[in-house]
Amino acid sequence: MSKIVMGIESSCDETGVGIVALADDGTMELLADEVASSVELHARFGGVVPEVASRAHLEAMVPTMRRALSDSGITLSDVDAIAVTCGPGLAGALLVGVSAAKAYAAALDVPLYGVNHLPGHVAADTLEHGPLPSSCLALLVSGGHTQLLRVDDLATKITELGFTIDDAAGEAYDKVARVLGLPYPGGPPIDRAAQVGSDSIAFPRGLTGPRDAKYDFSFSGLKTAVARWVEAREANGEPVPVDDVCASFQEAVADVLTAKAVRAATDLGIGTLVVSGGVAANSRLKALARQRCDEAGITLRVPRPRLCTDNGAMIAALGAHVVAAGVQPSTLDLSADPALPVSVVSV
Amino acid sequence: MVRLEADLPPETLAERVTVDAKAHGELLTPHVLDALREAGLSLADVEAIACGVGPGPFTGLRAGMVTAGALGHALDVPVYPVCSLDAIAAELSGPALVITDARRKEVYWAAYDAGGARVSGPSVSRPADLDTSGVTRAAGYGARLYADVLGLEVAGPEHPSPAGLVAAVAAELLAGATPGPLTPLYLRRPDAVEPGARKRVTPQ
Repeated sequence: MSKIVMGIESSCDETGVGIVALADDGTMELLADEVASSVELHARFGGVVPEVASRAHLEAMVPTMRRALSDSGITLSDVDAIAVTCGPGLAGALLVGVSAAKAYAAALDVPLYGVNHLPGHVAADTLEHGPLPSSCLALLVSGGHTQLLRVDDLATKITELGFTIDDAAGEAYDKVARVLGLPYPGGPPIDRAAQVGSDSIAFPRGLTGPRDAKYDFSFSGLKTAVARWVEAREANGEPVPVDDVCASFQEAVADVLTAKAVRAATDLGIGTLVVSGGVAANSRLKALARQRCDEAGITLRVPRPRLCTDNGAMIAALGAHVVAAGVQPSTLDLSADPALPVSVVSV
Repeated sequence: MVRLEADLPPETLAERVTVDAKAHGELLTPHVLDALREAGLSLADVEAIACGVGPGPFTGLRAGMVTAGALGHALDVPVYPVCSLDAIAAELSGPALVITDARRKEVYWAAYDAGGARVSGPSVSRPADLDTSGVTRAAGYGARLYADVLGLEVAGPEHPSPAGLVAAVAAELLAGATPGPLTPLYLRRPDAVEPGARKRVTPQ
C-alpha cells in the first residue's frame, strides 16, 4: 500500500502543487508537478513584489491543484496527507498556500504537515536520485536563499553551517543584470553572456579571508565591485565588455559557493554534496562543483533544473519523508512563519 | 453555519467570529470545524459556501477566499462570491451607506436604496469625500470610526456576519444558480513602483 502525499508551495512567486506516491519500502514516485509562475508580472519591477505575488497565488491555487490532480490520474479522495510550505518566505504568499492546505486537509480529513521550504529543495533531489546517504551536505542557492546545510536526516535533523550575511546569490545575479542592462531574472541572461565572455576581470571573493566565517557568504560587495568597474569604464567613455563582465562575475560567484561547500564537506568528512535551488541551474556553478567534487572525491548530486526551482513536488517529497519518519502532523491552527529557521523541518 | 429555506430569513445554527485580520490564516479552518461541531454537522452536510470577496484588508481577504475556494473544490459544492459590504447591508433596512475601514485614512463604501439594492460602489474614498445626500444612516465599522466627519446616524452591524453573507446571495442560493467567478474586490492596485534609473555606486 502506497501513501499519496500532496505538496503545496507558495513561498515566493511560484504556486506549486506536487503529488508523490510513497511506497512501503520508502521509495517515492512523482505523480504530478504543476507550477504557475508569476515571474513575468514582477519583471518590470526588477524583483518580486509581495502583493503582486500574493494576488497571483490566490488566483492560481485551486486551478493548479486541479491540473495536478488531472495529471496524476488520482482524485482528492486518494490523498493520504497534505504537506505545505509554512516558511520561510513572503508572509502574504505563504498564507495563501497554508490556508488552502488547511482547507483541503479538513475537507479530506487527512493529516496536515507544515514543512520548511529549504529542506524541500534537498528533498527534490531524492525524487530524481533516490535516498540520501546517512549524512550529506546541501548547498541551497536561489534568489532568496544561500545556505550551506548539514543533513543528517531530511525529516528530523538539519543543521545550518553557513548562510549569506547580505544578498542571496540569485539576488546578486538580478542586481548585476540591472547594472548591465540585462533583463530580470538575471540568472539566465548572465549565464548565456558568460558562455562567450572570458573570466578576465578579477572581482572580489566575499568572506574568503583567513579570519572570515568560513561557511558564510557575502555577495553585496561583489555586486558593488561590478557596478564600480562598469561605471569606471563608462566614465572613461570606453565600451563595457558585457560578456566578460558576466563571465568574471559568474566565476566569482561559482568559485566562492563551490569552494566553501567542498571545504565544509572535507572538514566534516562528508562524502556527498547536494546543490539545489534556482541558481543550481547555472552552468558554471554546476561545472565547477563537478570539477571540485571530483578532485575531492565527493559525490555531487544536482536535481534537474525543473526540480531545482520552487515547486510543489519538492514539498510533497519532503512531506513524504516526514510522513515516513512518523513525525506528528501539524494542527489546523498552523500559521505561516516567514522567518522559520532551517533546523525546523516540520512544525 | 447557516440554514437557508425559501421564504424564511437565514437561520444561524452556529458561528465563530474573530475580528482580527491578522488571525484569519490561523483561525479560519478551526472556526469552520468548531461551528460545524456546535451545529451538530459535518463538512459533508455543507451544500454551498457564501464567501466575502471584499473590499477589505488584502491578507485576511485572501485567507478567506482561498479557504472557501479549496473547500468548494474538495467538497464539490458551489462557492458564491458576496461583496462584503452587501453582507452588512443585508441586515439593514431603508436607504443607507455601508462604510468599512480601508486604513490609510480612507474607507470602503457602497450605497443601498430602500429595498436594500446596491446603487453605488463598492469604492474606496476619503470619508470627507463621500456623497451622503439622500441617506441619514450608515452601518459598518468605518461609519462609527468616521461618525464625526460623516454626520450620519450609525446603525446596524459593524462587520459582515455569516447570516448576512448568506442573506446577500439567498436568491441565487435557493435557485441553485451558477456562482459568478470568485474574484477579490481589492479596489486598489498593489503598492509597487517601477524602478527609475539605477543609482550609481561611484560618487560623481
